[in-house]
Amino acid sequence: MPSRRAPVVFPSRLELWLITLIGLVPAGLYFWYGAHNQLGADPVNVFERWLGLWGVRFLVVTLAIAPLRDLGVINLVRYRRTFGLLVFWYAVMHVATYGVLDQHLDLRAVFGEVTTKPFLMVGLAAFVLLCPLAATSNRWSIRTLGRLWGTLHRGVYVVAALAGVHFLMAFKTYTVTSVGYAAALFVLGAAGVVRRVRHNGRRRMSAANEPMRRPKTTG
Amino acid sequence: AGTLKARATSYTVKDPPTPRVDVTTYNNFYEFGLDKGDPVQNSGGFHPEPWTVRVDGLVRQPRTFSMDDLAALMPVEERIYRMRCVEAWSMVIPWDGFALAALLGVVEPLGDAKYVAFESVLRPDEMPGQRGGLASLDWPYVEGLRLDEAMNPLTFMAVGLYGDRLPNQNGAPLRLVVPWKYGFKGAKSIVRIRLVADMPRTTWHSMAPEEYGFYANVNPTVDHPRWSQGSERVIGSSGFFGAGRRTTEMFNGYGEQVASLYAGMDLRRWY
Repeated sequence: MPSRRAPVVFPSRLELWLITLIGLVPAGLYFWYGAHNQLGADPVNVFERWLGLWGVRFLVVTLAIAPLRDLGVINLVRYRRTFGLLVFWYAVMHVATYGVLDQHLDLRAVFGEVTTKPFLMVGLAAFVLLCPLAATSNRWSIRTLGRLWGTLHRGVYVVAALAGVHFLMAFKTYTVTSVGYAAALFVLGAAGVVRRVRHNGRRRMSAANEPMRRPKTTG
Repeated sequence: AGTLKARATSYTVKDPPTPRVDVTTYNNFYEFGLDKGDPVQNSGGFHPEPWTVRVDGLVRQPRTFSMDDLAALMPVEERIYRMRCVEAWSMVIPWDGFALAALLGVVEPLGDAKYVAFESVLRPDEMPGQRGGLASLDWPYVEGLRLDEAMNPLTFMAVGLYGDRLPNQNGAPLRLVVPWKYGFKGAKSIVRIRLVADMPRTTWHSMAPEEYGFYANVNPTVDHPRWSQGSERVIGSSGFFGAGRRTTEMFNGYGEQVASLYAGMDLRRWY
């Protein structure tokens, strides 16, 4: 693994707020269009897919931050939570659009579909898994959960795999869009898993080789 | 009110027709692209005339018809049909055309003809979706019906909609409309109709047999593997808050006319 990590770029609080605001523009814009009958013949479907697509886009950005750092390009790790939360908000809006605008809150229909259609089960699993990640994306959780926090947040690789499968299944055939984004999610997710495995391997090795020289940590 | 002077018929439904703008801008016509808006965008260079359709196979009088021949032989009538897409949306469309049975009567099917295969035009020069690529289907597009389905009075060959000739994106100049089946059965821009003895290899069915059956009858009790077919989004320019959803009816509401075609068949198996 290349050791030349790029220096951390520290964002200002304002910058992070701006990213969030700008990141929500695609949703806001299309919601306005849809409410004013500007989304064509099948507005709910267009909006639902649009939200899914943007969720996937922000997930790709989120997952790309670590490899970009490791390759020495740029270290945006301090921006990652903001992008990760955008993924979550788009997932919330995507699911809400399905339930409210599409299925008209017909809970029996929703339950019937999400329990029998692999396409929806996979999507729902990705969403459910995202929830604890979003809920623990604050300093207090990081402090309180310690090592467990890192383990939990590795769940994002599972989210990437599930979201990639769900995205592929949303198209009737394999298209440039569906295969392109799904491939990005799978590759970035797999790269993350490989990075963790190697990292852990190295840590175990160094621990075994030099047990005495391990620096003592003082909690 | 259109240019076709179609005769009104009793083939109509109570629901209001889908606005013309939606019928002509929201299309599945993969020959012109994968997105619903692609057909209207990419079909400007398509030439629906001159046009001929060959009707042959197991018939006594195989024949090639020009559109003028068809106009002379087949008086145009209007039928307002429900259209239910396999993707769980629906429209109500005023078609203009003639019964397929009338056309088949002209060529006289032979006794061993059991199926009818419909072949769409192959013109990669004019149809960007046919130039290959990742999502490409096997071209030309082929659909099929059992002969008795093809002879049912509901089965319709459309040459127009809303009183005018079919726009390119809707399958100009000649397309099939089978209102009790999912929309993909309605082959567009047809150049050949063949009467055959064996079930034809149809495009979507051979592409994904577990998702698209040969029969493809609208059936709320047999789900698509990825979504329920129990209800449908009603297409119509109305924005989010006017967008409707309705319960899907067996045979798309045409059971009275067609249920007997499937007497004794297990429709879960023959979906």
